[in-house]
Amino acid sequence: MTEIFRMNEAQPRLLDETRQGLVGKPLDRPEGPKKVSGRARYAAEGLPEGAAHGVLVRATVARGRVIRIDHEAVRDMPGVIAVISDDRLLRNPAQGMAGAAPCQPAGEVFYHGQPIALVVADSFETARDAAERLPVSYDVQPAETDPDTASEKEVDDPETLGDFDAAFAGSDATIDATYTTDAQVSAAMEPHAAIADWQGDNLTLRGSLQMLRFNRKELADSLGVDLAQVRILSPYIGGGFGSKLGIGPEAVAAAIASREIGRPVRVVMARQTVFDAVLRRTETTQRVRFGASADGSLKAISHDDLVSNVPGESFSEPVSQASQFLYGADGLSFTQTVARISRTPTGSVRAPGEAVGMLAFECAMDELADKLNICPVELRLRNIPQTHPMTGQAYSAHGLADCLRTGAEKFGWSKRAAPGTRIEGDWRIGMGVASAARKSMLVQSAARVRLTGDRAIVETDMTDIGTGTYAILGQIAGEMLGLPVDRVDVRLGDTDLPGASGSGGSFGANSAGSATFLAAKKIRADIASKLGCEPGELTLQDGIARGGNVERPLADLVADEIVHEATIEAGDTSESHISAGFGSHFAEVAVNQWTGEVRVRRMLGVMAMGRILNEKTARSQALGGMIWGIGAALTEAIEHDPRTGHIVTRDLANYHVASHADVPGAVKVEFLEERDDMGNPIQTKGIGELGISGAGAAVLNAIANATGARVRNFPALPDRVVAAMEAAGV
Amino acid sequence: MRPFEYERAGSLADASGMMGDAASIIAGGTNLMDLMKIQVMTPSRVIDISRLPDMDRIETHGDGLRIGALVTNTALATDPRIRAGWPVLSRAILAGASAQIRNKATTGGNLLQRTRCPYFYDTAMNCNKRVPGTGCSAKGGSGRMLALFGTSEDCLAAHPSDMAVGLAALGAEVEIRAPSGDLRTLPVTQLYALPGNRPDIETHLNEGEIITAVILPAPRAGTQQTYRKVRDRASYAFALVSVAAVVAMDGDTIAEASLAFGGVAPRPWTDASVNAVLAGAKAENATFERAAAQLVPDAAPHEETDFKRPLLRRTLIATLREATGLAGRVDTARTASAGGMQ
Repeated sequence: MTEIFRMNEAQPRLLDETRQGLVGKPLDRPEGPKKVSGRARYAAEGLPEGAAHGVLVRATVARGRVIRIDHEAVRDMPGVIAVISDDRLLRNPAQGMAGAAPCQPAGEVFYHGQPIALVVADSFETARDAAERLPVSYDVQPAETDPDTASEKEVDDPETLGDFDAAFAGSDATIDATYTTDAQVSAAMEPHAAIADWQGDNLTLRGSLQMLRFNRKELADSLGVDLAQVRILSPYIGGGFGSKLGIGPEAVAAAIASREIGRPVRVVMARQTVFDAVLRRTETTQRVRFGASADGSLKAISHDDLVSNVPGESFSEPVSQASQFLYGADGLSFTQTVARISRTPTGSVRAPGEAVGMLAFECAMDELADKLNICPVELRLRNIPQTHPMTGQAYSAHGLADCLRTGAEKFGWSKRAAPGTRIEGDWRIGMGVASAARKSMLVQSAARVRLTGDRAIVETDMTDIGTGTYAILGQIAGEMLGLPVDRVDVRLGDTDLPGASGSGGSFGANSAGSATFLAAKKIRADIASKLGCEPGELTLQDGIARGGNVERPLADLVADEIVHEATIEAGDTSESHISAGFGSHFAEVAVNQWTGEVRVRRMLGVMAMGRILNEKTARSQALGGMIWGIGAALTEAIEHDPRTGHIVTRDLANYHVASHADVPGAVKVEFLEERDDMGNPIQTKGIGELGISGAGAAVLNAIANATGARVRNFPALPDRVVAAMEAAGV
Repeated sequence: MRPFEYERAGSLADASGMMGDAASIIAGGTNLMDLMKIQVMTPSRVIDISRLPDMDRIETHGDGLRIGALVTNTALATDPRIRAGWPVLSRAILAGASAQIRNKATTGGNLLQRTRCPYFYDTAMNCNKRVPGTGCSAKGGSGRMLALFGTSEDCLAAHPSDMAVGLAALGAEVEIRAPSGDLRTLPVTQLYALPGNRPDIETHLNEGEIITAVILPAPRAGTQQTYRKVRDRASYAFALVSVAAVVAMDGDTIAEASLAFGGVAPRPWTDASVNAVLAGAKAENATFERAAAQLVPDAAPHEETDFKRPLLRRTLIATLREATGLAGRVDTARTASAGGMQ
């Protein structure tokens, strides 16, 4: 293990000095051609010789215990190899960064849909048929499936600052509004899949996983084997969105089955199983209270929420995460209640916390603006705090005000009409705004960089979940070493490589990017030494090293490979400063006054998210986030059966992510130039999740502006818009 | 998936001869394949009629058209004759599924697609349509996609087709071939059996009968035709409610109207008394409200389906406002759902 670099103080902006000109450029992703031509091998592809197929069997009761699984009933079916009902099977995937086995319930059933066995057969079709036919008997216990009426509720200690009640009571204007959001799923395109292959006592698992350093520990712990026996490969991932943060039931079941039958085993979740058994996002009930003086200065902020999970699962959606540092007030109070129920367990789904929390919080801010008759943009501008309202930390770089002002100007905000007054035929037109905020983090991460002549290789177990990791790590290494990007090879997704942060929480680029940067920086020092100059004098460009009046091609200078590894972790700056991406979202919608249909006409997101490493992949992520925001505002809703709690909308025909027709052609993203000196040595911030944070609220606020009616149950499905319009008499 | 025999029919007679209790006809397969994978349908024999000759033609038939059962949804929706003479049909088809599915799906298959009731799709739940006599899990379950009309104690499911709703508003007929080779026709609305106590029996097709064509009557010149589908996203979702309208105007007065409704019944729903309210009445909101009052039931069979009552009323009014020109021009194409603005 190399020495760990701790982020204790601001670092020089070296990437602004280097000459190659790669960082920030909108370069294509290097693996793109492989992906679009079918040559990128995803988890379920490339079946090894002799592989068998496993299909997970689900529990069909909401709570209870498996009494008997009648293996014999299917064992004689032609092609059936084994029925695995091992006590090590997982109840649900591990939570992000757990690094240890998740719950292994050994026959106890916590939710309808829980994997309880694996049927292994010569073909997928036979395995599925046998899984369907497998008789299971249960000791059924009563289940509670409704978070509102659940008898077991854990109320966390409130997080407070000042005296909220007094500040609220002393305010000139107050808002006290309750909002709900339906449960959601990640809806990654690639279903969860694993191929397990034991060679002797060593397991190689091809999976679709986001955080290999943690996943390897989780897998080894789940199986009860040594870490050294487990290798995970996950070079390409067809979308994760949080659903592949932790090791999942498919991987552990495949590994157990492969060991037992002595053959490679592939387990691919059917789409319905992905809905049943992968962590969903909780439904929420959120109460937001604001108190303000007549001039719009916030006096009191409170954001309380009710979320759910199965008993014993530690994760709870951090609903008020951004609410705690977005605006300042004299009194702040945040209380979370977790209901313990029998529904598919909950976990991280696309910007856990902000994605739903900011819907309510930013809609309440809009309601306050209405009440005070202050422009919603102006109200936000008036309440941007100088330091973190709860902790007093300084902000590392705070672009919210610029984002709001720039966005308002570019969007034509001044043309926003009074609620319900802009009419085109049967359609009501409105504009909405919301702030965006998402905490940016640095997570321990290692990378190795090799340089031989003018060719470099970056090696780390970091993953690329479609976000552009291959592209940006190549850009950073190429920039630092003065190489065109096609001279840099990036190798990811293999636990034999140095352990990275993994992809999650928008910290991948910050963390793995910084480790790559630091390893390359060490190589720069070696090159300077070879050249006989100080590192500060060295310039590297297009394979030529210059310094101290000497100029040498790297091809000559670095005849023997130079290898350096670097590890970074958060340090003092993470205590002294809060690093967060900020932005503004603007939306214009049309609402049909009869049917309640909402069509988004245009959207603009203005974001200050630190140094942009690749303008193209960053934009794609921001756009994707905003589109998820449309989904959260208008379409995405899990329906649970009221009796069993199971997910009724179990496929992508019935769980409605935004379709093309829901997304206007005019979705624009603007980045404001920014450097986050306190966040990490490459001055970046997390990108992936800022786009969704607040985006849906802008759409929902636009609905209110269009109609003069306020929807508070999200998503704003047509009937909910109709109900709000009828309630408001518009 | 269960193993099954695959047979490719050489002729319609051949196909009829191979049919039996455990056989399914396959044409486009867009619904059947999904149902077979999740074992909601487990035919032991699949009879492929997709290669039968001459069934993918749209031909003149008197003053109307005869649409072969194997005409794809895409071919039908984009046919210039259809777009000119029966535009509500084109719009209804384009409001359904996705381009890829419409490329594969056929006219006959579209009519015979199964309900999207989630309990029909989940073999862990009871469903009288899937396994007669087991009970209806939709009762007391999630009710967003269920029907308002024509349900029974044993089944609350709705028929999902958009195309059939357009056909119903046009008064189209279905041509059916008996195993003997005899042909008969039924109005589209009478193809379907209401669930009663046998929701597994969905049509009035007899053993061995195959839909061979859909017959469109003569185009109704001068009519405004609109298909309005309200759903949980802008495309690729089944209707919460939909309205197909064929309206003939005489100045400010509705001379004649033929309406059909989707997403609300086990078949494309029609109600002659609603058409009668409109015939001869002035095109204004009050008239449309009267039509809605005539149509919309006082209660929904499932409490979670109750939202469809106001939504149907409002969608009917919105559709009639469009069809009669009251809605006014909308200057963004994005605001219209497929088939929206005339």
